[in-house]
Amino acid sequence: MRAVVTVTGTDRRGIIAKVSGFLFEHNVNIEDISQTILGDQFAMIMMVDTSESREDFAALSLALSQMGEKIGMTVRIQHADIFDAMHNV
Amino acid sequence: MFNKFDVLETIEMIEKEHLDIRTVTMGISLLPCIRATAEETAQAVYDRVMRSAKDLVRTAEDLSREYGIPIVNKRVSVTPVSLITAAFPEKSALVGRALDRAAKELGIDFLGGYSALVHKGTADYEEIFLKTIPEVLSETERLCSSVNVGSSKSGINMDAVRLMGEIILDTASRTKQRDGLGCAKLVVFCNAVEDNPFMAGAFHGVGEADTVINVGVSGPGVVQHALKFIPDADLTDAAELIKRTAFKITRAGQLVAKEAAKRLHARFGIVDLSLAPTPARGDSVAHILEELGLEVVGCHGTTAALAMLNDAVKKGGVMASSRVGGLSGAFIPVSEDIGMIESATAGRITLEKLEAMTCVCSVGLDMIAIPGDTPAATISAIIADEAAIGMVNNKTTAVRVIPAPGKGVGDEVSFGGLLGRAPVMPVHGGDAGRFIRRGGLIPAPIHSFKN
Repeated sequence: MRAVVTVTGTDRRGIIAKVSGFLFEHNVNIEDISQTILGDQFAMIMMVDTSESREDFAALSLALSQMGEKIGMTVRIQHADIFDAMHNV
Repeated sequence: MFNKFDVLETIEMIEKEHLDIRTVTMGISLLPCIRATAEETAQAVYDRVMRSAKDLVRTAEDLSREYGIPIVNKRVSVTPVSLITAAFPEKSALVGRALDRAAKELGIDFLGGYSALVHKGTADYEEIFLKTIPEVLSETERLCSSVNVGSSKSGINMDAVRLMGEIILDTASRTKQRDGLGCAKLVVFCNAVEDNPFMAGAFHGVGEADTVINVGVSGPGVVQHALKFIPDADLTDAAELIKRTAFKITRAGQLVAKEAAKRLHARFGIVDLSLAPTPARGDSVAHILEELGLEVVGCHGTTAALAMLNDAVKKGGVMASSRVGGLSGAFIPVSEDIGMIESATAGRITLEKLEAMTCVCSVGLDMIAIPGDTPAATISAIIADEAAIGMVNNKTTAVRVIPAPGKGVGDEVSFGGLLGRAPVMPVHGGDAGRFIRRGGLIPAPIHSFKN
């Protein structure tokens, strides 16, 4: 499944390392990464493929957000279809 | 493909501007449940709803998690119960209670369809059914009731209008401990639609497929937020921006509706292109109107602003969904919209202005508290006025008023949750009793003869 991981919060060291490490451990493949700064907010957006992950999506989503809390960031994973639907005619 | 700004825009809409799927509503036909006795019918109804909707809540929660968008309500609508209990109408409450029990066990918030369609005439069994409504609404928790008393094609059944005034008062009195809460679960319609996903007026029309999924979207906060960026734009540009925003909101609804229907082995019914407010700040239709340049909702200009908003929402939404239906438009429930609550509390919006607003938006006089000593004939007259607006303008109109027991102008009713709170608003003191007692049918307007 194509999904989008987003990480938002105050910029600090090691965010990419932590998140990509987590995704590696959970067999989620990162296909694209981009990041941007909005005001004082850091935002990272990753296109990922979860088809090789053995966990179900709900468990993965929960684990990701818990990991995010530990590093003080908001981390979400969402099915890519929601963005396709809303932003493409 | 989408870019990073699209992703961030969607997340902002959901997390800061209250974008959500307001309801995923499963419509279930009860026609196969009719049995020889009321008891057997009630059991068959319970069994069918439990079986058809057993995975509704779980599926909606799964979808919410996968797409990262809240799905606020999971609901069921059923065939108007008056049709199911036509052979034993005095025992309709048995079916009502069975439905309420199913709703609780399924974990859904409301179940709609304790309803009757009497727009051209009231059958004997329907009159008996209608008289069970106050008792059933006072005994049940999640069951909602609606009655269609008129249509553009048939005219307005004024005998039913008269009866509904009495039924609303009776319902309020039987739920007086909770500010007349029963009336928040009772809607009187003209031109009721058969695929409405919203409560309290949802029922599953007889022309519908066996089991369908209808979805209502929301997002007043998203529209208001978008308008903040163009404070000086002319209204053509404002309408364009609302259309674009409505398109995005509706696309999210379309995606969820199709996927939910697939997973629940039901047909995809419709997406209701709605702007449905909640009492939360930042989720108000009234505040969109104020963002357009009105000092306060209810002032002169409100009707024009609402007309533009409603039309733009429809135009943006229609392109976003392959199947559109329900009520589709901006809702203006007083108790469920913080901007409306504040304007009404300050005495800056009146019942008369709200009535004018219902000419140009979806539905009608919604969630309005009126004095508890309002005569039944006055409530019937309010219903008749609304029904006339719907009938002549070929649109759905509705009345959901709460005569607050023991309360008068200056008091407030509070229902909590999405139903919100509302100040008691004054009604006109003139007596329409003789007009209402005439009964009969107000004939359909000449422009309804289109065959």
